[in-house]
Amino acid sequence: MLELNAATIAFFIFSIFLVGGALGVVTSSNLIHGALYLIISLFGGAGFFVLLSAPFMAAVQVLVYIGAIAVLIIFAVMLTRSMTRMTEVYNRQWWLSALAGALLLLMLVVGVILPVWGNGGARPNMPISDIVATTEALGVAFVSGDQYVLPFEVASLLLTGVMIGAIVLARDTES
Amino acid sequence: MMETTCINVIETLAPCLVAGGAAPGLAAFISTLLGVLLVSAFPLVLVIILIWVERKIAARVQDRIGPNRVGPYGLLQNVADAIKLIIKEDITPAGADRLIYNAAPIIAMLSVLLIWAVVPFTPVHIGVDLSIGLLYFVSVSSIGTLAIMMAGWASNNKYALLGAFRVVAQLVSYEVPMVVALLVPVLLVGSLSMQDIVRGQIGMWFIVPCFVSAVIFYISNLAETGRAPFDLIEAESELVAGYNIEYSGMKFGLFMANEFMHAFTVNLFFALIFLGGWSGPGAEQVPVLGFFYLFIKTGFLYIPSLILRATVPRVRIDQMMAFNWKFLVPVSILNLLMVAFLLQVTKALGIAPALGETDFLANLPQALVLLAGNVALIVGIMTVLRNNGRRERAAEEAKRLRRMAASGRAMVPAGGTD
Repeated sequence: MLELNAATIAFFIFSIFLVGGALGVVTSSNLIHGALYLIISLFGGAGFFVLLSAPFMAAVQVLVYIGAIAVLIIFAVMLTRSMTRMTEVYNRQWWLSALAGALLLLMLVVGVILPVWGNGGARPNMPISDIVATTEALGVAFVSGDQYVLPFEVASLLLTGVMIGAIVLARDTES
Repeated sequence: MMETTCINVIETLAPCLVAGGAAPGLAAFISTLLGVLLVSAFPLVLVIILIWVERKIAARVQDRIGPNRVGPYGLLQNVADAIKLIIKEDITPAGADRLIYNAAPIIAMLSVLLIWAVVPFTPVHIGVDLSIGLLYFVSVSSIGTLAIMMAGWASNNKYALLGAFRVVAQLVSYEVPMVVALLVPVLLVGSLSMQDIVRGQIGMWFIVPCFVSAVIFYISNLAETGRAPFDLIEAESELVAGYNIEYSGMKFGLFMANEFMHAFTVNLFFALIFLGGWSGPGAEQVPVLGFFYLFIKTGFLYIPSLILRATVPRVRIDQMMAFNWKFLVPVSILNLLMVAFLLQVTKALGIAPALGETDFLANLPQALVLLAGNVALIVGIMTVLRNNGRRERAAEEAKRLRRMAASGRAMVPAGGTD
């Protein structure tokens, strides 16, 4: 039985942000509105990270996704002002995307939620993991040799490469 | 039932309410609500005084007296202004996106007000001591960029939109050196919690071992708050007023109050991160002393920043971007690498203080090593800059001489007039 406490109420509020924002992104014809809906959706995601006791992820979600990426999306949309009020439907196979999205959701529901909370699954109140990771643990996991140091370094190398590539592409050819 | 221990701002009232007969859940709710109200109302009241201080100081710099008609020393001038702003007609321009237009000032205000939740006023009084307090400060203040973008776009005005474009360039760019500079004190404390950062400075203020990052943090804060010399967001001569050109009445007032409050808040954080926050003689025994120490330190930072604002000219947009990406970012990264290296060296030498060491003398050797590293970094940067300047001057001089020779005229000594 679902008990109604502050965390449950917060969960439903963040769910409304997340799902409502996502619906707004795909239905609004105004690109700026779409980007703002995306921000609401990302904010809901940050709220879920807080509920999952991952405050570091929540802060990074706000800082990187809302503070930088979403703002840059809006910036790019604004530069093409005629794009902000679109009425044409560019994607004629929208029903294909909708079908793929629905199938993916179904797979996630069946594959992730059923084994944990379903009939044959574990206890309904079982936490997903007993480990409550602190920010310190996260930092240690990134640099310790037997955990994630290799993916971490590969990702940072990739990002550096992308950054240099962007600079090379955007640079004036004469100088 | 009555608890006399004070845990933080939010958790002090509830035990007393329960003792008075209220249901525990209700008592907790009321005390939380009052705590939130207190923490968020404090900066709102403070900003009225801040605007008065700013106007007085700007007036003195410009050889004027400043507001002196309403109330003693003009103290009530801002109350009068606020009333005027509230009763002014509220205009929404035709073609504006109503919802976004109206939401923008509120989000701008929120981005600064929310920061105050993690400000440790005294050793025991803090809204909430998040384990990621410093990251929270950075991420919440980054929402301010979004509010300005929304205001600029929703106004349906070219000047407002141009102002908003500049904001993204400026604020997103200057976030980079700011975050990298903030990593240095985090390296020293080993925690992102604001309370831990202040406690780590009881023995030694971080401005001594992290001088370079303190300077970078100060400069990037000037840019983040959009104040002179980085006030390109609302460059009157170029953009009329910038992103808030179409706003009137209290909506404009919210943007203005937000700017003043933000300028004060970042100085408050400078005091918290580099000047020891509430720490000072007797602050741990008498917490309220810590409150005064914190605000005296902030005042020592805030008032020079006002004089700076009133005296320096505005930089050009290309100068501003070049200064950030070609100077501040490389320096902040070098600084971070230098500090990380020296911290390992002091650890190897055995002169590093234990984490949470509050004794001044125990902290001294490591701080001196780091300070020496900072000085070496500054000297190195200065040498590079001087050599670059010389090379550029020599190149210009050579170009000038070549031009002279080509035009077949007599050589004019450098600095001569034509």
